Amino acid sequence: MKTKAEAGRAGTGVRSDCCVGIEMRDEGGIAIELRSKVDMLYGRSIRALATELCMHFGMPHAVVTIDDSGALPYTIAARFEAAVRRLRGDDVPPFLLPEREGIRRHGARDRFRRSRLYLPGNDPKLAINAGIHGADGIILDLEDSVSPVEKDAARLLVRNTLREVDFGGAERMVRINQAPMGMLDLDAVIPQRPGLILIPKVETDRDVLAVQERIDGIREREGIEEDIYLMPIVESAKGAVNAAAIAMASPAVVALAIGLEDYTADIGAERTLEGRESFWMRGAVLNAARAAGVQAIDTVFSDVDDMEALFESVREAKALGFDGKGCIHPRQIAVVHRGFAPTDAEIDKAKCIVRAFDDAERSGLGVVSLGSKMIDPPVVKRALRTITLAVKSGLLSEDWMEVGDEA
Amino acid sequence: MKHDLVNNAAGRMVVTEINGQPAVPYKGIGKYHPEGRKAAPPVPTCAEYPQDGDKVVGDLTSALQKMGLRNGMTISTHHHFRNGDLVANRVFDAAAELGVKDLRWFPSASFPCHAPLIEHLDSGVIHHIEGSMNGPLGAYASEGKMRGLGVLRSHGGRYQAIQDGEVHIDIAVIAAPTSDPFGNCNGVTGPSACGGLGFALADSQYADRVIVVTDNLVPFPCVPWQIMGNHVDAVVVTDKVGEPEKIVSGTTNITKSPDRLLIAELTARFVEAAGILRDGFSFQSGAGGTSLAFAIFLRDMMRERGIRARFVRGGSTRYLVDMLEEGLTDYILDGQTFDLAGVQSMRDNPRHIHTNPFVSYNYHNKGNIASMVDVVVLGATEVDVNFNANVVTHSDGRLLHGIGGWQNCLFSKCTILPIPSFRDRIPVVVDEVTTLCGPGELIDVIVTERGIAINPLRQDLIDATKHSGLPIRPIEEIKREVESICGGVPDRPQLTDNVIAAIKWVDGTVIDVVRQVSGQP
Repeated sequence: MKTKAEAGRAGTGVRSDCCVGIEMRDEGGIAIELRSKVDMLYGRSIRALATELCMHFGMPHAVVTIDDSGALPYTIAARFEAAVRRLRGDDVPPFLLPEREGIRRHGARDRFRRSRLYLPGNDPKLAINAGIHGADGIILDLEDSVSPVEKDAARLLVRNTLREVDFGGAERMVRINQAPMGMLDLDAVIPQRPGLILIPKVETDRDVLAVQERIDGIREREGIEEDIYLMPIVESAKGAVNAAAIAMASPAVVALAIGLEDYTADIGAERTLEGRESFWMRGAVLNAARAAGVQAIDTVFSDVDDMEALFESVREAKALGFDGKGCIHPRQIAVVHRGFAPTDAEIDKAKCIVRAFDDAERSGLGVVSLGSKMIDPPVVKRALRTITLAVKSGLLSEDWMEVGDEA
Repeated sequence: MKHDLVNNAAGRMVVTEINGQPAVPYKGIGKYHPEGRKAAPPVPTCAEYPQDGDKVVGDLTSALQKMGLRNGMTISTHHHFRNGDLVANRVFDAAAELGVKDLRWFPSASFPCHAPLIEHLDSGVIHHIEGSMNGPLGAYASEGKMRGLGVLRSHGGRYQAIQDGEVHIDIAVIAAPTSDPFGNCNGVTGPSACGGLGFALADSQYADRVIVVTDNLVPFPCVPWQIMGNHVDAVVVTDKVGEPEKIVSGTTNITKSPDRLLIAELTARFVEAAGILRDGFSFQSGAGGTSLAFAIFLRDMMRERGIRARFVRGGSTRYLVDMLEEGLTDYILDGQTFDLAGVQSMRDNPRHIHTNPFVSYNYHNKGNIASMVDVVVLGATEVDVNFNANVVTHSDGRLLHGIGGWQNCLFSKCTILPIPSFRDRIPVVVDEVTTLCGPGELIDVIVTERGIAINPLRQDLIDATKHSGLPIRPIEEIKREVESICGGVPDRPQLTDNVIAAIKWVDGTVIDVVRQVSGQP
């Protein structure tokens, strides 16, 4: 049997993380060797946490080394638990610090999902402040950004992050791995009630159903009542062909997203900035999403230095009908929101419709009309959404109805 | 060392004597009124200097000898070469060679490149350092290894101390990128060009003896003469005074950190919301990544709204130079230059003005520039719930930075500290600063990634920004949030009773002391 294992990262360039090494002994009690830049400030608290962890995992005799570059307690605990699991397998009780209050904010299925910020799941430093940048959604990624040998450690870190980090108003999302590993990801994260699960490389409705079944099982076992939505990502020719079935596979699906890196490789094309090679696929996924009554989310824009090109790309996505765009850097968020903001003409039109609706309500009329035209309920709903978005984008004051039009 | 400590007006226990000289405890802002007359160097006569103006001496060692270097003297240098300085180390190598001991080094600042001087501290050539101690020298002092008490002053405070006679310089060694044989010198030309030489002005005016060291000797006249040869005793020509790539970085980079960019953006938006951004306004921002980013956000706002500044205070960089050339500001008033674009502009553009601590910062003066600036952004290692700030020690008590112009700039009409609320589990917003460098009365706003806190003393700013939509919160609330993220209230650093350095306020009084850290490697 193994007696030594470690998990986490240390060394130059590493921040807010730590490397925990555990050596099991038969006797001698617990010895903690701590190297930390915050030893003076939090050394006592780190040692107390390490001792508590040893007790929790039933290790009365162990040498614990912690090489720390300012990791927060939930990170230290995740690294410790990963090391223990590497020693003893997954048959150990999870160690959970008390959950931070008020960080589970559940949104509606049709909430805005203009921007979703990808964070590499195994790097704690980017997650700590991710919530301050105003993204509609934050994705803790367990898939492509995590190397195969760190999947176990990332899963625990993401689990703990969901319990501890306040992402503000952002929807809490996790991108799992493909099955079978994705099922273990679900086991770890679903009890922490993420708002949404992104399923990568979905090719058929069965891929979605497998995830849904696993989630349902965990929900029942854990007594989870909150909705947990799904966002399948279509990233292949086959997935594109099956997009409608995928979007309708489960009532929990709220959006379809696309991934173009794999798709262009799959169809044997080069990925270009203009994206003509993926034009059909984007249209197909968008159409499937609309047919299923869910949102359509465009791919990420990967040049983090070119904000003008990003803006153009968002404008194009909006023009095609997309509801959102992926972000890989927090500075992209504001540009994406600006790109999805309604135009002045759209706002003016929406204001007229909403006023007409308001008048009709007040006078008890069942029918809304604008001039000589009747207005259908879906049009009113859409106008209301435009108004909400205009307010969110800072283009319209919340009390516009009372203020009236100065212009 | 054991020192008698008294409680000063800021509630800090401070020394009343520094290396044998009496020291005045801090009395409050503007409360200490100096008496007497300024110091003055001895009266020289032209009869003792060459009529042809040629003061060139063979090498540094013989120049120091000629100036009468002996045990216990005070030797000053400037830091315009920053981490590329080659001269200060050579001065003390020469002193060691001459067998001289117990010198007081009085630099305008020290850098990691001066780490070799630890050897001269150990051997007794240098008794102690009075000046900012960065990096290895700060660590050396923090561990209580330096014999005398360190004294940290602001740039303005250093000028004040020399002018008031608090520090008497026996020999000033002024490294100059270009000089003539008479000692007229400047920093804007030559292979080691660094911009201005303002930090050496007081040294040239008040030292008993002045040596100029240059690697670029030109025939008289060397123009512009930022330092006047009439103050200079000797000129030494050497192969190289500094490492150019470390003197100016070439590229001063804007931060790429999304959190810092957010802080910089919030700061610029605050300046706008507070009504400070208007035609004819002025601002100061340094060369730190966040500071530069702030200037860029401000520049974009100025362009968009057609606003032109009257002057901008540097630390100049190419970003400020671009603003000058684009007509977004009438002048740059520049105390030190951070990149080559800044050096060139100071040399070639008559609207890029070379300033020094006398005009900008000296508090014992008939006014100075610092208090005329509309808004200044500065850094800090810690800020407490009373808006007191620390720039010299870290939260673990270690002395790691100098004060620079920081204290002097606090007198601006609006002082903003854009800072992260914590760094890698080290809280920056705290209950009480480890070392007090700037009193809270002068610090108006802190801008963190978790919100903006306005000093309750600035009701005008609170009113002006009430409906701005900016995330304005009480500072205590930010502090509590930081503690909750970092895992509780941090332990206080363990410090001994041994005082290792005094922190001077801009008027020469002692605002706080730094103690030796204990128990840590």
